Amino acid sequence: MSILGTRVLRTEDPRFLTTGGVYTEDLTDDALDGACHVFFVRSPIAHARIGRVDLSAALAAPGVIAAFAGADLADLPSIEPMMAGMLNAKMTRRLLALDKVRFVGDPVAVVVTEHPYQGEDAVELVDVDYEPLPAVVDFDGALSNETILFEDAGTNVAVEFGNAASLKPELFDGCEVVVSHTFANQRVAPAPMESRAAAAVWGEDGRLTSWIPNQGAQSARDDLAKMLGIEASQVRMITPDVGGAFGAKFGADPEHAVVAWVSRQLGRPARWTETRFENLISMTHGRGQRHTITIGGSRDGDVLGYRLEIIQDGGAYPRIGAVLPFLTIMMATGPYLIPNAEAIGTSIVTTTTPVGAYRGAGRPEATAALERAMDLFAAEIGMDPADVRRRNLLPPFSEPHQTAFGALYDSGDYAAALDKALEAAGYAELRAEQARRRVSGDTVQFGIGVSCYVEITGGGDEAGAPQENATVEVHPDGTATILTGTSPHGQGHSTAWAMIASEELGIPVENFTVKWGDTDLIPVGGGTGGSRSLQQGGAAVQQASKELIELARERAAAALEASASDLQFDPGRSAFAVAGDPDASVRLADLATDERLFVHSIFTAPGATFPFGTHVAVAEVDTETGKAVLRRVITVDDAGRVLNPLLAEGQRHGGIAQGAAQALLEEVVYDADGNPLTASFADYPIVSATELPSFELASMETPTSYNPLGVKGIGEAGTIGATPAVQSAIIDAVAHLGVRHVEMPATPMRIWRALQEASAQGTESESA
Amino acid sequence: MIPAPFDYVAADSAEHAIDLLARHGDDAKVLAGGHSLLPMMKLRLAAPEVLIDIARVSDLAGISVDGDELVIGATTRHADLVSSELVRADAPLLAHAASLVGDPQIRHRGTIGGSLAHADPAADLPMALVALGGSVELTGASGTRRVAADDFFAGFFETALEPGELLTAVRVPRRPGIAWGYQKFVRRANDWAIVGAAAIDGRIALANMGSVPLRARAAEQALADGASATEASELAAEGTSPGEDIHADRAFRQHLARVLTRRALEHIS
Amino acid sequence: MQVELTVNGEQRSDDVEPRLLLVHYLREVCGLRAANIGCDTTSCGACTVLLNGESVKSCTVLAAQATGQDVVTAEGLAPAGELHPVQAAFRAEHGLQCGFCTPGMVMAAVSLLKENPSPTEEQVREGLEGNLCRCTGYHNIVRAVLAASGQAEVTA
Repeated sequence: MSILGTRVLRTEDPRFLTTGGVYTEDLTDDALDGACHVFFVRSPIAHARIGRVDLSAALAAPGVIAAFAGADLADLPSIEPMMAGMLNAKMTRRLLALDKVRFVGDPVAVVVTEHPYQGEDAVELVDVDYEPLPAVVDFDGALSNETILFEDAGTNVAVEFGNAASLKPELFDGCEVVVSHTFANQRVAPAPMESRAAAAVWGEDGRLTSWIPNQGAQSARDDLAKMLGIEASQVRMITPDVGGAFGAKFGADPEHAVVAWVSRQLGRPARWTETRFENLISMTHGRGQRHTITIGGSRDGDVLGYRLEIIQDGGAYPRIGAVLPFLTIMMATGPYLIPNAEAIGTSIVTTTTPVGAYRGAGRPEATAALERAMDLFAAEIGMDPADVRRRNLLPPFSEPHQTAFGALYDSGDYAAALDKALEAAGYAELRAEQARRRVSGDTVQFGIGVSCYVEITGGGDEAGAPQENATVEVHPDGTATILTGTSPHGQGHSTAWAMIASEELGIPVENFTVKWGDTDLIPVGGGTGGSRSLQQGGAAVQQASKELIELARERAAAALEASASDLQFDPGRSAFAVAGDPDASVRLADLATDERLFVHSIFTAPGATFPFGTHVAVAEVDTETGKAVLRRVITVDDAGRVLNPLLAEGQRHGGIAQGAAQALLEEVVYDADGNPLTASFADYPIVSATELPSFELASMETPTSYNPLGVKGIGEAGTIGATPAVQSAIIDAVAHLGVRHVEMPATPMRIWRALQEASAQGTESESA
Repeated sequence: MIPAPFDYVAADSAEHAIDLLARHGDDAKVLAGGHSLLPMMKLRLAAPEVLIDIARVSDLAGISVDGDELVIGATTRHADLVSSELVRADAPLLAHAASLVGDPQIRHRGTIGGSLAHADPAADLPMALVALGGSVELTGASGTRRVAADDFFAGFFETALEPGELLTAVRVPRRPGIAWGYQKFVRRANDWAIVGAAAIDGRIALANMGSVPLRARAAEQALADGASATEASELAAEGTSPGEDIHADRAFRQHLARVLTRRALEHIS
Repeated sequence: MQVELTVNGEQRSDDVEPRLLLVHYLREVCGLRAANIGCDTTSCGACTVLLNGESVKSCTVLAAQATGQDVVTAEGLAPAGELHPVQAAFRAEHGLQCGFCTPGMVMAAVSLLKENPSPTEEQVREGLEGNLCRCTGYHNIVRAVLAASGQAEVTA
């Protein structure tokens, strides 16, 4: 019986449950003995020119070894925005701010101490003169260019994806109904439970060894080398256990490079662990888009036209977040067949924390805009929102489908996912309950939200088709080692990759050691992000395992003095046997005795895969207080074949929770002066167990032909589907009271105000 | 984050603690569970030079009956209030309020004296004490005085505690079998109240509607004059000027005060 | 100053700075690094340990305050190489992913079940309100605690 598709418990767990993971702060590597500790002095002002930086008082404080300001690092190269060819290349950054600070949290200096406690005392003693400049916090303020963040750039626009002039005025010709709305897809904090950290030491050979919690050691190595102005070969990047990442730990950040620089400067190992306060103001945020949607169609429910106009807040220094409208535009029409559609985007800089990738990165925004548009359209024509969706979904397809926005959907049956989710939810009964609740006039009203999505996972990059490498080695003692270019941080690759290889090699899962995150051991790898790991990294493990069997077959033939073609590999015994003579056999492990038995293999996929599904959310809203409570979430998330349901469900659960949290609770808030108001877990309402129900998962598996495993990515789907479903359920609960829209997160005050406004309008129209 | 440096002294009796307070004056802070003080110190919003730990002073802990009052030692933890048969029987509103403070870990450490002395207007126990018409015992070098809850809370994080005084005990009237209502409006279960309302025996207290836990006196008066819960609650926000934050502006807070007061009163009737 | 306390059954006496937080004492002085620090505001619960058998957030307890008391961390819940029933249930129900919140979550769950051996789902959720997890959506954590209480079928 195949191990694939079964609920194998994680081999990783025992140590996490007992002695705990070894995260960067937990490292006790001998090379880090005697490490100094780095503390960042961060700007308390959103936008200012930096005057004098006085380090003298800090330098005199107990335990302080050194202190540095931006000028000390002025020899290092400016950091150009990633994809500088696409983003405005003049929007550069220094490792420590030199002339200007551009957000609260921008690092301006460091203090280095013997003991961490001394650093916290000493950073308070650094005195920086700031000449404040106007903050640029909101979209319109940035677009007005009244205050420019980067004088050399001459504009706050980092990149445009199309522009208003390219929009077709005739897009909605022939539509009986056209609805337009502008709303926010608000900025949220990835908030992994482990904040950022670093450890660094330089060897006598002049090479840097760096430990950073990251999502791919190879890209982190490359980023770090670039920031330090050295060759990537001069860096050994090691990835310790990583306490969650969600897109925000891809690559390396300026702080990581500063720690390495300090280590080199002082000739001793250096360490840094950021506080949660620092994390919430200086780790990249996610989302941060404003959408204007226009949707048009017929009164009987055919959507004929859709326009999406995006403004992306890139934060102070444009990073991956500024590029995300590209993905949002690519996925603009999602699972629907809309004859006329167009989408444009503009990314701007503001005096706020830079925006990066956060679980879903660009696709949740596309889905949220589109699903909101579908709901507004359904409300306008008075049709059930599920019916409107079904009517406009792409029909099932097994040959790739090319969209107008350049996406090539690999396989899908979107209506089946919708129907399955509605059935699992008991949709008709939910609507009946809603009707009863509405008639009763109960204070607590009942809403149902439906969201259909398709998303892109495992896409390639400018370098070409998506690929990943793996090395599989069988040892004489019957154990095996897998080296992977992916980089787990909770996903369970140790278990999953062992399952895949075990299936081929017949070696028990617990006999595998899976290694990643050491660039001297694994110089090439794409890391884990964009839900790519199983479909490419897992496929590479399978491919390497199969190739290893073929390599071993030759050795077995020699050992058994038989023809290779007469040998059968029996995974049950992990041995080759001669056909018809089962006693003439040799164990796979024995073939590794004289010569190492390993294969390195690169798997290349034809392209990205497109998981899809439908989420149904049920919410109750207290119409007096405006408080929304999420009661149920029912999902179908079709990511092709499921390798290990335990792990796949875990990914869905986590995704759903983060998606629901965006609709319900979470938002990074700045005041008009650019001061962050959500800089701690007391103020940033990260979702807790009490705000969530248990989730109801229905399964559906439509395989892809893009990899032999038949799998697509599952890491982000939950987040993408859940946000619009939950937002929709909340609005639906009060729709009969005249509410068409509530911004996210649907806070009690927002819902209460929406009800007040709807009630006032209702009164007006009655009197008119 | 970590506190600025300080000296630590463990008091072995209330007298010892008061002596230490007298000796160190404004430089000292009293430490019990530490769940109000240590978070402030870690954020460097407080930096006392001396901490006087009273957690091990046995005569400051415990719950007893004194006539028609419960006497609760200042270092009695929230978890002890929740599980105390005496409190549950004679002051169930207080037990309920304590069960809503923070989270289980916080309730295992935080104390009633600490919470009251911290005087956060959004907190549960200050509102509960005002609703119950309780009082605190403040002990200094010159003896012990009783201050009614209504007079104890002087402002945002400010109380009637004089320099050198220690909050030693809390007294609440025993009201077995008297109906009460308690409403705490939060976004997440373990958050501070956006607004709170507690009602018992004709008294109504509000949390986070001003710089101190407030009595909704106009609503109380209306109740006394025979108004219904609905009618009285309409007056609950009268005279309040609550602050504004990311959760609620003034108008929303006042609205919530009316709704929560009505619900608290309806729970009674 | 000198602190004397029991950590995972071992009597200890250490000279510490008065401001040393219990979590740093455990991590740096005792070398017990399962408890993690996830926030600055006593919010996340990643540092939860048992103090005299009850869950506390060790980031908000001074080592000095633990003098004379009994501390148990995730390392000390079960003999080396074994899992405590709550730890075993977390594994069986896939109640952990990145693992950062896990030791604190497990200690909170142990304390919760001690106070309420047969909690409802709602009571489990409320009992874990002081512990944040960003990976699991809490779904499997809740199942794990219910399973450890003998109330949910353990998926094996």
